Amino acid sequence: MSHPAGPNAAGLRRDALVERLTLFSLSGPALLLVTMTMLVPVGWLFWLSFLDDAGGFSLEHYRRMLVQPSYGRAFRITFEISFITTAICILLGYPLAYVLSQLPRRAANICMIAVMLPFWTSLLVRTYAWLVLLQRQGVINTWGIKLGLWDTPLALVHNLNGTLIGMVHIMLPFLVLPVYASMRAIDQDYLKAAANLGASPTRAFWLVFLPLSLPGLIAGALMVFILCLGFYVTPAVLGGGKITMVANRIATDIELFFNWGAASSLGVVLFVLTGMILYLASRIVRLDRLLGGGGA
Amino acid sequence: MARDAALPIAVRRLTKSYGTLRVLDAVDLDVRRGEFLTLLGPSGSGKTTLLMMLAGFVRPDCGSIAFGEREVIRLAPHKRDVGMVFQNYALFPHMDVAGNIAFPLKLRGIGKAEALQRVEQALELVKLGGYGARRIDQLSGGQRQRIALARAIVFEPRILLMDEPLSALDKQLREHMQIELRQLHERLGMTTVYVTHDQREALTMSDRIAVIDQGCIRQIDTPKEIYERPTNRFVAEFIGESTFVTVDVDTAGCTFNGIPLALASQPARKGPYHLMIRPERLSILEQSVSAGVNVLPATVTAAIYQGDSVLVHASLPDGTMVSVRASASVRAPVAGEKLNLGLNAADTYLLPVEESAA
Repeated sequence: MSHPAGPNAAGLRRDALVERLTLFSLSGPALLLVTMTMLVPVGWLFWLSFLDDAGGFSLEHYRRMLVQPSYGRAFRITFEISFITTAICILLGYPLAYVLSQLPRRAANICMIAVMLPFWTSLLVRTYAWLVLLQRQGVINTWGIKLGLWDTPLALVHNLNGTLIGMVHIMLPFLVLPVYASMRAIDQDYLKAAANLGASPTRAFWLVFLPLSLPGLIAGALMVFILCLGFYVTPAVLGGGKITMVANRIATDIELFFNWGAASSLGVVLFVLTGMILYLASRIVRLDRLLGGGGA
Repeated sequence: MARDAALPIAVRRLTKSYGTLRVLDAVDLDVRRGEFLTLLGPSGSGKTTLLMMLAGFVRPDCGSIAFGEREVIRLAPHKRDVGMVFQNYALFPHMDVAGNIAFPLKLRGIGKAEALQRVEQALELVKLGGYGARRIDQLSGGQRQRIALARAIVFEPRILLMDEPLSALDKQLREHMQIELRQLHERLGMTTVYVTHDQREALTMSDRIAVIDQGCIRQIDTPKEIYERPTNRFVAEFIGESTFVTVDVDTAGCTFNGIPLALASQPARKGPYHLMIRPERLSILEQSVSAGVNVLPATVTAAIYQGDSVLVHASLPDGTMVSVRASASVRAPVAGEKLNLGLNAADTYLLPVEESAA
């Protein structure tokens, strides 16, 4: 590095450095907190996953994951549930976001509060509320039978159905928000231009609106999918013990078998898989941006 | 495209209100076959609303719009078959240049090979041949403008609508594009309705100008007529600079503060009139006065040197301030000096005093 010589050069350089250090020091407390509460424990768990019972280095926990079918099943069901939840969220959330984006701003904001309302209630409370609603003598079954919609109580909870209902309910805002934002950003003139050039409303939607809202949809779907991968409470309560996702498996390993190494290795694998999905998705989204969709 | 393929537009009693606000008030407008007509007016005058109704994006309260023989007022926008250039171009960011231009062709079921050829033709027409593979965000403002135009004409619509298409460009490019658009119109001959608030743009490009204010067409005429023979004070003030003084017309002729004025044409009625004074038509008279020039005595209040000329502010006998440009090469007048301003009889144009000023 060549330093320009001249009057006050050294002093000015020092000022610049002090300024930068001062700014950096503002992030110090937060940085410290993240290091203490995140990096250290995660690093420690990562370390644990490579130790055997005697405390020596071993890949035993990872080997067991490959050999024991119950582990594979937990991963498969985790990804399946996450995928189905994401798909349902898209089917429900995309049209909802579309309606909201077409409303006048005031009305849209009020509706948005309704969408966000569940966020202000504890996840545990919401999950138990679903249990009350969905059980055999719950509100939904009672009313359904009273109205003659069905004869015998439907199995809505303590199974995959209940887990999916609960997860979709919790995840829906995560999809609606980014999709709504990207739809709001679409200039109405694009749709006018499409119509003017001869596109019926249906074709204008498929050819112009959907592609332009795709970045938001991908972002929302990704967020839902990744958050689903780590779900614990909802499958535990609404799945009735029949739904074992990775997080539930981790809990069992610790609570029942007190096997920190096995639990840690599950966490590490889930972490790595999530990271890989994020990386792949970022490639796809960036590709999309390259095509110009991100500019809208 | 052949000029006879262009369609005339007939607008009758077109009305639109938002609540109590009347945006368009029973507007009648005829755009001739192949004509370049400009809707000119201040913002909020209703000119854009009128254009959007022609395109089908705004639903009028009542009225009639006919393209040729066909009534279109209830026709959906995608069935109207008119080209449109939007103010912000509205080029689809998720398609490249060729994709944008091919979009209307694809919707019309035109085969790939032909579409490709027509896209390239349209690109050549707007002088951007070979730009098909570019992304929209790689284009400059002027290039986007041309692509938007290419997309609007590639499917050979018989009517072309433009909503302030040049307003986002800088002055130099805008002036260049005005001439280019005009030439393109002469080549293609499609009936064109152009919206702008820029009077110079309107004067430069149009066959005829419709001046709109408060939802009414105040005058529709050629640029020359609009500028030199405005029929009302709004048009006179909106287009070009002008100063008005009150004059009296009686059987003896026209007088301003007792000074007799020769007129281009004698008005039919007696009474007070507005004399429209365009500053560029005024001159500073030296000694001799030729026939057919009206003389207005004035007192100089300020003379401002501006390089190519000297801008002289002067007050007329009734106190009205006028400005006149004097050549910088002659002796500049000084404040307080009395001089005579000349106005050719041919440029001495009277406007009736309107009952209720807008």
